[in-house]
Amino acid sequence: MGQNYDYLKKITPEASNLIRGLQAVQAQEGYVSDESIIAVAEYFNTPVVETEGVLSFYAQFKRSKPGKYQICVCDGTACHIKGSSLILDWIITELGIADGETDTAGLFSLETVACLGCCSLAPVLSVNGKVFGNLDRKATMKILKEFKQK
Amino acid sequence: MNDKIKKIKIGMASCGIAAGADDVMALLKEKTGNMAITEVGCFGHCYCEPVVEIETTDGESIIYSHVAANEKSIANVLALGEEGRFEVNPKRKAKELLKVTRLAGVIDPTSYEEYLDNGGYVGLKKALAMSTEKLIDEVKKSGLRGRGGGGFPTGMKWGFLAAKKTEQKILICNADEGDPGAFMDRSLMESVPHQVLEGMLIAAYATGSTRIFIYCRAEYPLAIKHLNIAIEQIKEHKLNIIDGRDIDIFVKEGAGAFVCGEETALIHSLEGQRGTPRFRPPFPTDSGWKGYPTMINNVETFGNIPYLIAEGAESYASVGSEGSKGTKLFALAGDLDNPGLVEVPMGISLREIVFDIGGANPETTKAVQTGGPSGGCIPVELFDSLVDYDSLKALGAIMGSGGMIIIGKNRCMVETARYFLDFTHRESCGKCTFCRVGTKRMFETLERITAGDGVPEDLDFLAEMGPKVIKGSLCGLGQTAPNPVLATLRYYRHEYEAHVNNKQCDVLSCDNLVDVNIDQDKCIKCKLCIKNCPVDAVSDDFVIDNNKCTRCNTCIEVCPKNTIFRVKKGEGFSSE
Repeated sequence: MGQNYDYLKKITPEASNLIRGLQAVQAQEGYVSDESIIAVAEYFNTPVVETEGVLSFYAQFKRSKPGKYQICVCDGTACHIKGSSLILDWIITELGIADGETDTAGLFSLETVACLGCCSLAPVLSVNGKVFGNLDRKATMKILKEFKQK
Repeated sequence: MNDKIKKIKIGMASCGIAAGADDVMALLKEKTGNMAITEVGCFGHCYCEPVVEIETTDGESIIYSHVAANEKSIANVLALGEEGRFEVNPKRKAKELLKVTRLAGVIDPTSYEEYLDNGGYVGLKKALAMSTEKLIDEVKKSGLRGRGGGGFPTGMKWGFLAAKKTEQKILICNADEGDPGAFMDRSLMESVPHQVLEGMLIAAYATGSTRIFIYCRAEYPLAIKHLNIAIEQIKEHKLNIIDGRDIDIFVKEGAGAFVCGEETALIHSLEGQRGTPRFRPPFPTDSGWKGYPTMINNVETFGNIPYLIAEGAESYASVGSEGSKGTKLFALAGDLDNPGLVEVPMGISLREIVFDIGGANPETTKAVQTGGPSGGCIPVELFDSLVDYDSLKALGAIMGSGGMIIIGKNRCMVETARYFLDFTHRESCGKCTFCRVGTKRMFETLERITAGDGVPEDLDFLAEMGPKVIKGSLCGLGQTAPNPVLATLRYYRHEYEAHVNNKQCDVLSCDNLVDVNIDQDKCIKCKLCIKNCPVDAVSDDFVIDNNKCTRCNTCIEVCPKNTIFRVKKGEGFSSE
């Protein structure tokens, strides 16, 4: 132990706030570690297995530390129709990491998400929440290059 | 800067920001010497973003589309130049009917005063002057049906909750817009949060609710922000005190589970549990959140309420078709010129929406997918059908929440079905065997077919398993998951047969059934393909080794002369 979970104290420790607690941990740490699960379980007075059970149900929660720049490639219907799988392929080749992985330098992590809700600009991806739309290969490479140089 | 400029508005909903509106905004501020610029929501024409609207001292409104964050583009706007002026396409203007989205993209979503000045909270005031019985009667008479996809009569649902005599009653706004390809609710929450909240307050009064939850997708940070700002403003003006009840309003963030759009699953999630659905009865209006009577309505349903009450049920019901009243929002995306959000009266034809409003090309359009992964595709031959709850159901599709994906002739329908099953089998919560295992087997079968390994029996299997999954599943997810497969089998069986019998994908979409070749006559030997190929499949004399090639399309994209093509497997290249 040794980490500080004081930020949880803003949330009322009742079972219905369990997901909020996990979200708070992820907002703070970027992911939910084993240690955090135990801390959350203790705070909300729910068994550790149950806490992990809830966590594993929801796609939002990450169990490993994400990169500095989190790339989400949208694979919603509109993006899929417009070739999002190609975008994903290009990024995989360029960064040398698979869907769901983080590179060894901890700079980029890559995941596909169901829909970013910007279907009219399909295909889109987001980097740390900022959405980039109307992508083709050139635009995708430019985005990666820009973040690499940052 | 032209001195006729009175007010500058910029569209800053998610779609605007994604198109670069924040850079445009920064430059506009710089060039106008920090003049106040109003950030408005989405006005529906997403294909035009970034959009800047100028109100002049003459009372004129000039809209500029595709404004770029550069000196020239901004100078043109500030000089009220002719370039880039935007007019709504007259065909669209004639068909659309702006009721729910009347103020979207017009007012500043974070301003309580602007909403008030534009007729906001008139409906609430009128509702509070009525008895609750009269109010519910009004909603019943309007014919409003749930906009989340189910189409249950809203007034009836309200009546169920109102009849409960408990101290605590819970009202939930379902803002877990999980259908990939749908963004109506996002747009409403981002652009007119007060209108959605006004609808909830009216419902809370009618039903005697004591607490309101808004269950919103975490993927919609801007919507959550605007809702929270609006809730603070409501509390400041004490609008949340209704009938002496101090109604608490919370926004709860979902955590990424499609099944949570189902009402009993959503309630479990709100209780901090895994979001699995349960048997009904008891229905949520009998026993919902923590056992209290609970009613769930969708964002767009609430968005309809303020004007329904303000204008009256009769006026509301004068729009729409026999069984479906009012207007409906549709999110158009996919293969069309003008993707975006549109509000039309119910009962309009698909043809009008897709071609006249969406600007899709009738020559190159194959089908439209309504209702997202729970819906079905409707082929272009049937585009004269009307868009309302009952007509779409008859075609094997559903109205759904309003996402419409236009599918072009160059898309493979088997691959489209595979895509939807990939989504639903992963989103299945695992509770019902038929949904958990059945969707997975269907998905695997479709994977095999698109990979060229399908056998004729696979088609029989899909046709047999689909109805079983529908019958054997507890909630809407499983009950609708096979729809995309069954609909494509019904209308595009020949495409399935081409994959299975001839190992061919006629539109050259399925990677395992195509080769990639270079047209040697037109190639200029620039070596860009060789340089960019990630797997070194292009030889020094510009021949692609199709055993090595992963069909990633990189060479096709980088080729400056468009001399690289996908061709049917084993057919080689012919330049005709």
